Amino acid sequence: MQSLFNIQNLSFAYGKNSVFTDLQLELERGTFYGLIGANGSGKSTLLELLTGGLSATSGTVRFMDKEIRHYSKQELASSMALVPQHFSMDFEYSVRDVVLMGRHPHIPRFSAPSAKDYKKVDNAMRTMDIMHLASRIVSALSGGELQRVVMARALAQDTKVLILDEATSNLDINHTIGILRVIRKMVDTVRLTVIAAIHDLNLAAAFCDNCLVLQDGQIVANADVNTVFTKEMLQNVFSVDVERIYQTNQNRPQIQFKY
Amino acid sequence: MTARPFVILLLLFLLLIAAIIAATGMGFLSISPGEVIAILYSKLQGQIPEGINPTYPFVVMEVRLPRILTAALVGGGLAVAGAVFQAILLNPLADPYTLGISSGAAFGASLAIILSIFGIAIPAWFSIPTFAFFGAMATLIGVFSLASTDNRLSSNSLILSGVIIASILSAGIGFIKYLADEQVSIIIFWLMGSFVGRSWGDVITTLVVIIPGLLFMLFHARDLNIMALGERTADTLGVETARVKKQLLVCASLVTAVAVSVSGIIGFVGLIIPHLLRMILGPDNRILLPACFLGGAILLLGADTITRAWLPSEIPIGVLTSLIGGPFFCYIFRKKQLAK
Repeated sequence: MQSLFNIQNLSFAYGKNSVFTDLQLELERGTFYGLIGANGSGKSTLLELLTGGLSATSGTVRFMDKEIRHYSKQELASSMALVPQHFSMDFEYSVRDVVLMGRHPHIPRFSAPSAKDYKKVDNAMRTMDIMHLASRIVSALSGGELQRVVMARALAQDTKVLILDEATSNLDINHTIGILRVIRKMVDTVRLTVIAAIHDLNLAAAFCDNCLVLQDGQIVANADVNTVFTKEMLQNVFSVDVERIYQTNQNRPQIQFKY
Repeated sequence: MTARPFVILLLLFLLLIAAIIAATGMGFLSISPGEVIAILYSKLQGQIPEGINPTYPFVVMEVRLPRILTAALVGGGLAVAGAVFQAILLNPLADPYTLGISSGAAFGASLAIILSIFGIAIPAWFSIPTFAFFGAMATLIGVFSLASTDNRLSSNSLILSGVIIASILSAGIGFIKYLADEQVSIIIFWLMGSFVGRSWGDVITTLVVIIPGLLFMLFHARDLNIMALGERTADTLGVETARVKKQLLVCASLVTAVAVSVSGIIGFVGLIIPHLLRMILGPDNRILLPACFLGGAILLLGADTITRAWLPSEIPIGVLTSLIGGPFFCYIFRKKQLAK
């Protein structure tokens, strides 16, 4: 079967600053990918290229059966949702309004949301544990609450692909684990595909199937977490010393750093 | 969405109609609302109204109504344009003049006035609005080309480009004023804005730009809501953000330019009305935009009626709105500061 994303000979530059040269990558359906790499390694840029927010300087990015640049924004919106790294809002929309905006691609221009739309919104809010905030104004929320609202908005969008750009960076550990569990479950049950830039390597190791390791505009590894997480890789890519890497009961690697 | 916003829209609409009728009756010759309605009704039927002082129909139809309708359209246009600018630039303090359109129009108008002072024979009633309009459009093109990088228009570079170009134009206006020497008052009066002597021609000019502009903005109201999430997110929700943003900026600027060209520079309507109505109705642009049109129309019509019918001598409308608007702006700013 055809892969979900197929990137061939991709080059991309911001003006004269080259980010990727001749990159190849294939991503499969129903997989939870962790995108890891040091600051400035190109994680956000790669995600932008996958969502069609940026266009390749040369080479192709194919999504399902055609090139990403041939999709309309509307078509992409019903199959791909993004949770951005930064989110702020200057207007006084309520939490429910913002989550409902996730249904935008599914509601015709001059129609009111249907009962189904409201149901999806409620489910997303319940999943993200923000039901009690429903009528609060988003600009008055804390960073972590806001991130859960944005996650709920993306879940309400009800897509096959979910792209997370450090979506859990502002969350407390309880909500981080909660959210990653929910996503993990959706990958296992409804074959959601997740591509998540994650800074916390142990979280990536605990929840992802595969890890993509970015270094200097190259993908230096794309393999399952047990293969990827080695002392050598962590030393090379992140320049950190590792005390030991051990296996959890679920057969997942965890790293103990040397501080 | 509940029924409340629609009730408020309906109330605003009725209020606007009442304000137009009441304002038409007010002035040096006082005409009762009943007589105004009778005159309008019989004119629509193509008859001559009976039992009414024969000078009244002339006063209503040829003197007051064109001015009143122009003021209402300009106020509505400026308020909607302001709301759209605020939504696009994601900046609640933006107004129709943020991109320097007012300076462009002022420069154009000053140029037309100085040309007529120097005896270059273009009739001023034609050249001033025309030059003002094209000055505004040229400014918009300048700001766009200064701000655009690879097909995207970032809010910050748009605002900054607007400020830069506006300051260059202000210097130009200063120079023209210097050239105008003793006749500088003509320029100054134009810049302060006025609806004195507006004709049906002005009503039609504003109508043909503002109404299609309003409809276009309403068509994109929901996209504007989504764009509040930020450009990147709006893109992934299916809004062609870059295109919609550009089209709406051009549309709102056209509306502003035509408003400025028939009335001069009228400040704060485009700032106060969207703010005030957002406080009452919430930020949903599908309700907010039509409400702004009605609210802006009522406010400017009211202000124009105050200066026309109440004050012993007419003061420039731009001065009046800024005198009301300035303190209001301070209040909003202060409230925002305290809320942080």
